[in-house]
Amino acid sequence: MIRWLVGLIGLGVAATSALAADPVTIGVGYLGIAGTRSTLSLAEQPAENDGLAGARLAIEDNNTTGKFLNQRFTLEERRVKEGEDPVQAATALADKNGFVIADLPADALLKVSDALRERGTLLFNVGAIDERLREADCRANVIHTAPTRAMLADALGQYLVWKKWSRWLLVVGSHNEDRLFADALRRTATRFGAKIVQERTFEDKGGARRTDSGVTLIQRQIPVFTQQAPAYDVLIAADESEVFGAYLPYRTWDPRPVAGSAGLVPRSWDAAQDQWGAIQIQNRFFKLNSRRMTALDMQAWTAVRMIGEGTSRTNSGDIKKVTDFIKGPDFSVAAFKGTRLTLRDWNLQLRQPILLVDGRMVVSVSPQEGFLHQVSELDTLGYDRPESKCKLK
Amino acid sequence: MQVEVRTQMLRMWRVGLLSAMALVAAPAHAFIAYVSNEKSNTVSVIDTETWTVTKTIKVGQRPRGIDLTRDGKFVMVAVGDDDTIQVIDAKTQTVVDSLPSGPDPELFAQDAAGKTLYVANENDNTVTVIDLEKRARLGDIQVGVEPEGMTISPDGKTLINTSETTNMAHFIDTATRQIVANVLVDARPRFAEYKHDSSEVWVSSEIGGTVSIIDPKKHEVIGKVTFEIPGLRKEAIQPVGIGMTRDDKTAFVALGPANRIAVVDVATRKVTKYLLVGQRVWHVAFTPDEKYLLTTNGVSNDVSVIDVAAQKVIKTIQVGELPWGVAIAP
Repeated sequence: MIRWLVGLIGLGVAATSALAADPVTIGVGYLGIAGTRSTLSLAEQPAENDGLAGARLAIEDNNTTGKFLNQRFTLEERRVKEGEDPVQAATALADKNGFVIADLPADALLKVSDALRERGTLLFNVGAIDERLREADCRANVIHTAPTRAMLADALGQYLVWKKWSRWLLVVGSHNEDRLFADALRRTATRFGAKIVQERTFEDKGGARRTDSGVTLIQRQIPVFTQQAPAYDVLIAADESEVFGAYLPYRTWDPRPVAGSAGLVPRSWDAAQDQWGAIQIQNRFFKLNSRRMTALDMQAWTAVRMIGEGTSRTNSGDIKKVTDFIKGPDFSVAAFKGTRLTLRDWNLQLRQPILLVDGRMVVSVSPQEGFLHQVSELDTLGYDRPESKCKLK
Repeated sequence: MQVEVRTQMLRMWRVGLLSAMALVAAPAHAFIAYVSNEKSNTVSVIDTETWTVTKTIKVGQRPRGIDLTRDGKFVMVAVGDDDTIQVIDAKTQTVVDSLPSGPDPELFAQDAAGKTLYVANENDNTVTVIDLEKRARLGDIQVGVEPEGMTISPDGKTLINTSETTNMAHFIDTATRQIVANVLVDARPRFAEYKHDSSEVWVSSEIGGTVSIIDPKKHEVIGKVTFEIPGLRKEAIQPVGIGMTRDDKTAFVALGPANRIAVVDVATRKVTKYLLVGQRVWHVAFTPDEKYLLTTNGVSNDVSVIDVAAQKVIKTIQVGELPWGVAIAP
């Protein structure tokens, strides 16, 4: 009986494959860190599948297109636990997948990219915003869909300067990445003619993010921390570590708006973005994942769509062919930001408009009007070709 | 006293001037144009003799694609956020019915007889087929991601749908409702238009910044129209709507945030002129006598009127917020 059934199934398979040639399969790996980080706002706590959910939607989108081209996309996920070697997981993914989406910290990403260099695997950095990955530590096998700190800082700075809020009170956290964001903001101020009237450090003395009487305490703490500041227009927080930024709005000693890591925040994407046809991807994303789309989701979606764009334009699943096309001069991708997105050929960073969001609405989109550039206005955001230290290899 | 006399004289002079103007402008037929205002949830009605808005019709949420039934009796407008197409009685200028489209209808096309309507539903990768007489849904066709542009071949045998994220023009056999070919074009194809002699299909790519010209028999891209405007960055050139004259000699292409209409010589596929219109121009429609072309300018909330023969913008008419589509009664 069973043998008879197996025979029947085998027959069915033979019949379908006789109708159409087997589709070309394009394997995409997703490499991330296990666990999620804690945010000050419970409402902003990332989902466990943050990023991955965007990749999943792009796989669906690519497969809808793929059925007309006889191409099929698959997604394989691996998570690295603390203390584990990311190279092992990356190698296992690269065994079956020519493209790997990586949401890793900078050091882990570098290790992985160096380990996979000989294989010809193309990596997409969707999570790390570190400048050095596009500058001194750039790699020829890593494409960056995540914006950099300098791009985010410039996007915010252009708007504040346009608004004529050019006196900034900068409050910096005590962790390394907070200081890196502060560096980027200082560079922005110099570039666009804003003035940092004073800098303050918010020391992380430890403590829980979830408490039962937190508001009472914070309401007393923040006005004291922000008092006696020189005259300023806007307080800018550099707090990537989520220690104090979200505590600042409405609690400053002087009634001033907050921007940076809280208040008006620069991001590649937001759940409120609905312009340029974006409502369509927002709806598709919600239908598939039962939650709203984050910046990391969009960065992963864009990476997987870039692969799909490469395979459909070259009509091929060949990794080298697709990689060459993506890195080539004719490549561009549409990602609901009102303009085509292209790669900076000197460091493989994706050019992109940056949204300025307040948690409920998209307030503005940079580059702002009047910030001009001889090649692309998108290159007014972040480090430009002449400043770049990147030598791709 | 003196003021009164002067006012009276001025009034007489004005009346005289108006009647003189009416004499000059008299020969043109008056048509009625309907403009969908995406943000206002209204349709503006424009009299093409006086170039004024004579009525504003309240419709459903997010009106975009708009067209008239072949007999001119009804205006159909896709109200995407209400997941339907509303039917406006052209005589009473009120909404009288709705059609069963799929979710989020955007653009649609009807066959020459006006019996079948094909609707692109942006939200679920389908084209819905509707019987216009029975106002009933006949079926769905699966297409690429975010279907938008729709056009039917002059012989009615082929329907073309463009999908914005798949970046293809899907050629669909209207008899079998099966896709017969998929042609890859540049990023975000928004609109498709057949040449009247059926020899070419023009597809605009908003993000790609080009118009692809497809041979509908070979299903191949045989040429591209490219645009270049001195002093304007490349990214701002985003082609959307296309209008082609009946003699197939001249095409007018709306260039979105470039705020211009490109006049294209169809034979050489070269731009001969750029006409400055309102901001973020998306769709266009000719008056039936082809004397004028109307364009919808989303960001400046107006409609530009182009004198087709002179290739000049002669008028701007304020309409509702974010004007999207335009259709003119036969």
